[in-house]
Formats: sequence, C-alpha cells, structure tokens
Amino acid sequence: MAKELKLMKGNEAIARAMIASGTDGYFGYPITPQSEVMETLMAEKPWETTGMTVLQAESEMASINMVYGGAATGKKVATSSSSPGISLMQEGLTYLAGAEIPCLVVNVMRGGPGLGTIQPSQSDYFQSVKGGGHGDYQLYTLAPASVQEMYDFVFDAWDIAFKYRNPVLILSDGAIGQCMEKLYTRDYVPRWTEEERRKNAPWGTWGKPANRPHNIITSLELESSRQEVFNLKLQAKYAEMKEKEVRYEMLNCEDADYIFVAYGSSSRIAMKAMQMAREKGIKVGLFRLITLFPFPTKQLAEVAKHVKGILCVEMSAGQMIEDVKLATACGVKTEHFGRFGGIIPTPTEVLEALENKIIK
Amino acid sequence: MNQDIEARKQELLNQGYTEVYTKTKVLTDAVMHYCPGCGHGTTHRLVAEVIDEMGIQDKTVGVSPVGCSVLAYNYFDVDFQEAAHGRAPALATAVKRLNPDTFVFTYQGDGDLAAIGTAETIHACNRGENITMIFVNNGIYGMTGGQMAPTTLIGMKSATTPYGRRVDINGYPLRITELIATLPGTYYVTRQSVQTPQAVRKAKAAIRQAFENQKLKKGLSFVEILSNCNSGWKMTPVQANKWMEDNMMPNYPVGDIKVEGKLVENVDVARLAVDHPLTVMQ
Amino acid sequence: MTEEIIIAGFGGQGVLSMGKILAYSGVMQDKEVSWMPSYGPEMRGGTANVSVIISDERISSPIINQFDTAIILNQQSLDKFESSVKPGGLLIYDPNGITHEPTRKDISIYKIAATAKAQEMGISKVFNMVVLGGFLKLKPIVEPKYIHEGLEHSLPQRHWNLIPQNEEAIEIGKGLIEPVQVL
Repeated sequence: MAKELKLMKGNEAIARAMIASGTDGYFGYPITPQSEVMETLMAEKPWETTGMTVLQAESEMASINMVYGGAATGKKVATSSSSPGISLMQEGLTYLAGAEIPCLVVNVMRGGPGLGTIQPSQSDYFQSVKGGGHGDYQLYTLAPASVQEMYDFVFDAWDIAFKYRNPVLILSDGAIGQCMEKLYTRDYVPRWTEEERRKNAPWGTWGKPANRPHNIITSLELESSRQEVFNLKLQAKYAEMKEKEVRYEMLNCEDADYIFVAYGSSSRIAMKAMQMAREKGIKVGLFRLITLFPFPTKQLAEVAKHVKGILCVEMSAGQMIEDVKLATACGVKTEHFGRFGGIIPTPTEVLEALENKIIK
Repeated sequence: MNQDIEARKQELLNQGYTEVYTKTKVLTDAVMHYCPGCGHGTTHRLVAEVIDEMGIQDKTVGVSPVGCSVLAYNYFDVDFQEAAHGRAPALATAVKRLNPDTFVFTYQGDGDLAAIGTAETIHACNRGENITMIFVNNGIYGMTGGQMAPTTLIGMKSATTPYGRRVDINGYPLRITELIATLPGTYYVTRQSVQTPQAVRKAKAAIRQAFENQKLKKGLSFVEILSNCNSGWKMTPVQANKWMEDNMMPNYPVGDIKVEGKLVENVDVARLAVDHPLTVMQ
Repeated sequence: MTEEIIIAGFGGQGVLSMGKILAYSGVMQDKEVSWMPSYGPEMRGGTANVSVIISDERISSPIINQFDTAIILNQQSLDKFESSVKPGGLLIYDPNGITHEPTRKDISIYKIAATAKAQEMGISKVFNMVVLGGFLKLKPIVEPKYIHEGLEHSLPQRHWNLIPQNEEAIEIGKGLIEPVQVL
C-alpha cells in the first residue's frame, strides 16, 4: 500500500503502523483508552494480507508472555495496553529485558493509582524509565506527541529493538490515543522472510539446525559472577543508547528566558502556552522530550545554562522533574506543574503556573 | 557427546561388547541437578527420545517453567525458552502461532501449571493451541523446599502444611488434568507415571502420541506424569514410589482421560470432582 | 486562519461524527486539523463533546479550553461551555430542550432549530448535518466540495448513497440558522 493522507486516532495509527511496519504478531487484552488498537487490527485482518498474527489473550500477563515467546523466536512481536494493564506486564518486561528480547510495548496512559480513571494521565513516567519491574534494566522509551508520531515511532521502534536487542516502549496517553489528526501513512515494509529472520535474529529459538548449538532464551544465571558480567553488558548497552539514541525537539529555545520541559500531550499544551506567552512578550521556549530513556541530559543541561527558570509540565504529581533537576544539577529554578487523576491542564493554567511559580 | 565417554565406548565396542542402552542425542551431556530417584530425569529422557525418534530435533522448541525443571533447557539439545513462573503456555502459544511448522512443548510442574499459571494453562487448553504440555505432578513445591502445592493431598505434610493439608484451611487438591479434559480445545489428555519399567513404557507411548497429535495439527495434548519427590516428601526413593502408588494414585488415577477429543468412557470426571480420599503421612 | 470549535450534546446526536466530517473536510482542503473527543462512561448515553481545530498552521494543543465557536445541542452543554467561548466568539445552539437561554453579552449568539426541523422533515438521522450547515453558513471555513470529500472519507462506502441526503441537510441548515445577538 502506498503513502496516503488520512485522518485517524492515535490508537488506530499504532495498529496500522504495526501492520505497515512488517510486524509478525500482536497479542493484547482490552483496556480503555487503547482498545482501538486491537479492534483495528481485528477489523483489518492482517493475517489475510501480510500474514501478521493477532490474538486476544486472557490477560495482560498472558499477552506480554506471548510477546516473550513469539519475540524469542526472532520475530517482530508487539502488545499494547494502558496503565493498569502495563502494571500487570512488569514481570514480563523485566524477563524480556533480562533475556534481551527485542519487542514493542505501547502504553496509552490513564490516571492512577489503582483502577484510577480512564482519562489521560502521564503518571507512569517512573514505572517506564525507573525500572517498573525488578532488576537493573531499561526500556528504550519513546514519547509521541502526535498521531503522526504514534505511527512513525512504531517503525523506529523495530530498528532500535533489533539493533540493541532490547524492548522498546512507546509511552503515550489517552489524549493522543483518542485524538484524531492528519496522518501520512508510509509504504508497507514487508514482514521478514525466513532468511531475514535468521540473519537479523541469529539468537532466536525456531528449531536448531544440525550445524549450530541450541539457542536458549533465559534470564536465569545462578552463578553470581556471570550474572554480574551480564549486568555490566546490559549497562554498557544502555550507555551506548544514551550516547547515540537520544531524541528531543527544541522550539524557541535560542532566545528563551524560560523554558517548558514536557513530553507527549503535555508538550502540545505547553506549546500552546508558549505561543500565548510570546504574544504577551514573555520569551518562552519548549524543550520536548522524545526519548524518556535515554534522557537528553546533556542537551537539556546546555539549554538550562541560558535560562532563568524551567517549568516541567506533566500530567502527574511531578515525576519527570527529577530527571530534569538531575540533568541541570538543580542549577536553575525548576518547578513542576501538572494536573492528575485524568484532568488535562489547560494552556491558560500552564502559562499562569509559569508566571506564578517561576517568573514572579 | 563427551569425548572421553565416546572413546571409552569405542574401546568397549572393540572388545566385543554390544551396545544395549545409550543416551539419546537430544539430551545434552550436562549433568542433571535432579535428586536421585526423582521422576524428572526419566521424563526428560522420554521426551528427548520421542523427539529423536520422530526426527524433529531441528523443529522443536521447548518452554521450561520456574520450579525444579527451570534448567530443563540445559538438558535438552533443542532450542529452548525459559518462562516466568506459570507463563509457559502463553509463550508456547505465540511460538506455535508465529512458527506453525515447529513442534512446541511446555514442561511444567504442579505449582507452575496448576497454581500461578492456572489461567494460562486453562486458556491455552481452551483455545486448543496445537502444542504438547508435559505436566510433572509430585504434589509439592520441590525447588523452594517442599511447600504445599495445588496438588498436595489432604493430610499430606509439606513445609507449609507441617501437620498435613487441611480442607478447612487449604481447600482441596486441584485435579487440573480432569478439569482441562472437560475443555473442548483439548484433544488428548492422559495421566501416566514413571516409577516402574512398565509405567515408563506407557508414559513414553503417551508422550509419543502427544507429539504425533501435534504433527497432525489435532489441538492440545496434555500428558501428566505422576512423580515422587523423595527429598520433599522426606523418604527414600523406593519408599517414595511406594507412597506415591498408595496415596497419589487413588487421588490421581493413572490412564487416559480424553482420547481423540472424547472423554474415555470408564473415567468418571464428575466423581473425581467430589471424591478426595484422606491421606495420612507419617 | 485557526478555528477552534467545541461541539457538545447528548450521546447519539451525532456530535462526534459531525466533528469528524468537519475535520476530514479540513484535511481534504489541506488544512491542519485535530479532533479530540471526550471519551469514557459519559459517551455511553450521557453527554458527548469533541474539540475540533482547523488551521493553516501546525496545531499546538489539540486540548483547549477556550473556543472560537461553541456548537451546543443540550442544556448541560450550554451550562458547561457558554463561559468557554472566547470574547467576540460565536455560540450556536439548538433551542430544543433549552430552558435557560445563553446570557453572555460579549459573543455572537445564533440559534438553529435543527431538532424540530429534522423531525418535521423525517430526516432525524442527518440532524447533525443540519447543524453543521448552520455553522458553515456563518463560518465557511471549508468549501462545499471538500465537505463532499470529507463525507466520503468519514462514511463507510456502503453508506455513500446517503451523501446527497447529508448535503441537502447542510443546505437546509444554512437556511435555518437565525441570529439572537450579533456583535
């Protein structure tokens, strides 16, 4: 299928990107506000076109472990869920990271804690980049801020996942998931052939040919000295990601006296607040995080040298702000503004917060 | 095969000895960590022999559990995945669906399959995934030191039921095999044991049947193997096998439960749902 | 040009689809657009609303709290959104079921008796297109040929035979809208 201009929801864009990017399998479980992902896949019946497998699992625990099993055969396998379901997947995610399995997980965040609300939120930042499951591991975490990025990041995710043999998380929220925007679709990337799978994932468990040792996918190592060596290898991999795979966007930061730091839908609200501020003559810029891990530490520190204050905007009680303060070594006045429980802050509120918490 | 062993074998053959028993090539040379007398070693060997005899070593993917057989991947010379506790059927589902030409089996114990993994077990069975599930039931959590399992008998002692399992506290033993036999997705459900040569032969035939069914894409085949856990039960292997015959078997009767998608006539699944003989463990 | 619109009413009045047709028409006319619904339990029988933005420039936030135009189809929505119209903005409402008229003095207010007209003509299914027609009469931000394309993209192909009826409803709406207060 060729490039097309469409209007669609972020959740639908995720599903269509999975089909178009040559994804081999999707395993999911319904949860608001992301159910359109699996609904779209089931309606599109990709098993009849690209050969992609789609299955509704009995739980999020089952779906993440189906991702584990399928992805461990060297195929491109994905799942999606929303916050409570992602909590259930944490066990599977740490196993995937521990066994170094490339895969894609999409979290369309809603408010918590507990069953919380089905409205948008960004309170899973800690869960996403500070562990979530047990052990020292990281998920490469992309934060789309538009429907187009929901689509594009699926393609990017496969590149990173297989380059580093690491799970990739697309951390979105109910606002981007439910919002419809313009979308330019891409040409289809065919699913890998058998030869490509074997070349790209020589570690996969698809049945051992006579001429190679059996492949084992495991995260278990009972010998501590070897487990430490493995941990060091993981840390080296994360360090390489920090060096090479950081992504961010800067708007009006060159002359800014103040900057907003935000990601996802909050960055869109902050962009509007920035425009309102500029109309009032306040020089405000926006530093938008695209990767949450790796965090753009150096780049943000550089910008922070030239500003008088930073307002972190996040639909949470203040999670991302910790990494902002670490990046800037608390060298500049930094405050958090957010609403939570599913309340989306308005651009007016964000601008008022800047004036009251930072400028005054 | 280990070179020393190979050399010694050649030496003996040259002296005129005849080979009557050898390790299947589908098992590696790794020394198993299982306790002497435990049913895992025999069951591993049976599964490996079936894979060898069917000529499917290059197409087989195994999934190991958490529990005593967590390291099964070190013993089988086939591609292997190590699942989180209870999730092996979910992994196997995806392996098979994404790679329909492979032979996929899970190898799980009672805690893994019938407690923490109950949902994955029941739903994989109910979907009729075209896989083979090997279920080793010894009525106890062996790896963690002999705690109560879902299959621990009433009256049976364990580290967490030191005075014997009590229905009023712990509920009833779970006959997961009878349970899944009632699901339309299962094609072949059987319970076997490996405590005598005769039992071993029957168990092997059952495992072979389970893999043949997979070849014919018949749906899910489920083989329960009753095993002793002599360490956990605090008995000698011989005592443990005797105790298993006297106590496990009345609760978990050996034989086919469902064949070619139909419940076997003389197996009363309904009776098994209510009848739980009391066991006394010294 | 940037037009920020809220459309609000009962679930089942075609609020979301009106917004979608408008947004898709904008896409066809090469505008930047966003369509942001309320979602959740309130969708199931209660109130429904959607923010639609159509612009010549990159849209910052699809989530907004001040609107150039509010299209209001029930009393709860009037109570909720009347204060959210920007000074100098536009409020359109259907008087059906309205017990407290809008009171703002700093905005233009129009009413469109679309519910009554659609019932009278037996075209209740395209009631929302009557309302859309009224809006387009006042703010022709998308051209009719793009509305046609927007309808084609929004409706499944099996319903394309209904497009002429939708377009007629838009025309009816253009004739039905009447001023209450014009700045």
